[in-house]
Amino acid sequence: MHLGVSESMRECEYSQISTRSSTPMETPYKKRTSRKRKWESFPGRSKFYCDGRIMMARQTGVFCLTLVLILVTSGLFFTFDCPFLALQLTTAIPVIGGVLFLFVLGTLLRTSFSDPGVLPRATPDEAADLERQIDVANGSTGYRPPPRTKEVVINGQTVKLKYCFTCKIFRPPRASHCSLCDNCVERFDHHCPWVGNCVGRRNYRFFYMFILSLSFLTIFIFAFVITHIILRSHRNGFLNALKDSPASVLEVVVCFFSVWSIVGLSGFHTYLISSNQTTNEDIKGSWSSKRGKDNYNPYSHGNIFTNCCSALCGPLPPSLIDRRGFIQSDTLQLAPPTNGITMYGATQSQQSHMVSETGSESVTKTSAFRAPNSFCRLPPPLSSSSRPVNQSF
Amino acid sequence: TSEFHNLQELRHSASLETKVFIQRDYTEGTVCRFQTKFPSELDNRIERTLLEETVKTLNSYYVEAEKIGGQSYLEGCLACATAYIIFLCMETRYEKVLRKISGYIQEQNEKIYAPRGLLLTDPIERGMRVLEISIFEDQGSGTSSPSSSSMSSTGSAR
Repeated sequence: MHLGVSESMRECEYSQISTRSSTPMETPYKKRTSRKRKWESFPGRSKFYCDGRIMMARQTGVFCLTLVLILVTSGLFFTFDCPFLALQLTTAIPVIGGVLFLFVLGTLLRTSFSDPGVLPRATPDEAADLERQIDVANGSTGYRPPPRTKEVVINGQTVKLKYCFTCKIFRPPRASHCSLCDNCVERFDHHCPWVGNCVGRRNYRFFYMFILSLSFLTIFIFAFVITHIILRSHRNGFLNALKDSPASVLEVVVCFFSVWSIVGLSGFHTYLISSNQTTNEDIKGSWSSKRGKDNYNPYSHGNIFTNCCSALCGPLPPSLIDRRGFIQSDTLQLAPPTNGITMYGATQSQQSHMVSETGSESVTKTSAFRAPNSFCRLPPPLSSSSRPVNQSF
Repeated sequence: TSEFHNLQELRHSASLETKVFIQRDYTEGTVCRFQTKFPSELDNRIERTLLEETVKTLNSYYVEAEKIGGQSYLEGCLACATAYIIFLCMETRYEKVLRKISGYIQEQNEKIYAPRGLLLTDPIERGMRVLEISIFEDQGSGTSSPSSSSMSSTGSAR
């Protein structure tokens, strides 16, 4: 029997949408053990580690090289040069070096492991809707459809939004599709093999902090290793100094060759930040005055300070791909369908209630789905019979 | 038993008819904003002003989330000073606003959209690309739809 109208109503609501009831073919046993997280069925070429917490590009070899170079050089510095320098000069040297090193490592890992701002691909319904709109606009004739673009005026500049055939969306302005990771990324800067990830809206500030702090660290190590060698040579002569501290030679070589590229890169990105451009836009010359007299950057805030602040201290948007969420049944799919299974979405849909931050959404969905309210108000004889069915799952 | 059958009939009517997508409005740059243009499919389902109001409120929430000002600078500098470790324990302002938004959408669904057979999906679930509005068939216009057969298979007290 039912316990009371409201409770049985609630039971009625949840039990109705329970996907278990809609897929009689699947056994309850199977459903309980096959709970997958969204990252496991991610359509792009990104790799995930630590159960979806870490997201990187497919090729991570160069990233390992970066890590090894930084760790080895810094390690040698702390082991061989710092004791001498701490004694001869000041203990502030290893301390500052240590802080810089930790900051470099922290920002590097943050850049490499976070989601750069990947745009999730369109759901089938969205894609179909867009296709329909495009066809209507084009007249849909001809064997080869014309390239799909949409024009929008931003701040007085005409910007072309391109349609991404892989992700089936019109890319937002400044977004670009990374062919290596096979994802559309918001405010796409570039794909950096050194950090093993794309650099986009969500990790640009970490990337900039990384190269900036790495420049300081490289110069710091370079300067103090030279100081170390010089101080030693005063005592024992140059060649002996080199013999006593061979690691220093390696450090000097590594630092010398890195410092040009890293400092140069930092300078370049400082320029980009202050003019609010991405590497992608700069390379293409999107806002260069060479394209036209009236060509200007519509995203720039006008002054360097605001541009820098917005790039580095602006709000950090959350990841749009929810990689650790559980795959829930998309109960509301408009498939051409004539059986209840497709109506409720994928056959291996999972219970919708246990999703991470969007839990409330799924509940809303279910309760609103029921929402021709009238049938909820009816005493649900079914709930009493369906309740045991559900609970057995 | 007659109630049972009525319930069946009404379940038929709770089937998804179509979905309407309100796209992003990029005229103000990359900030998150949805178009306030009223989709024609909703003409006889909901009053224009109600939907416009919802979209405008959502847009204002997004503006608040992405605002660059004193508080966001403070958050940014503090985060940088702690090598961004602080993001592991603290919720960013953006996330706080997103929670407010999902609460708002839930409330709007319960009060305004559900009684009209409509359902808003939080844009965050669609990658902030679209505001998805699901349209359900009007009540009482039930034909035997497959959803009902699957539902009846659970509930049948045979």
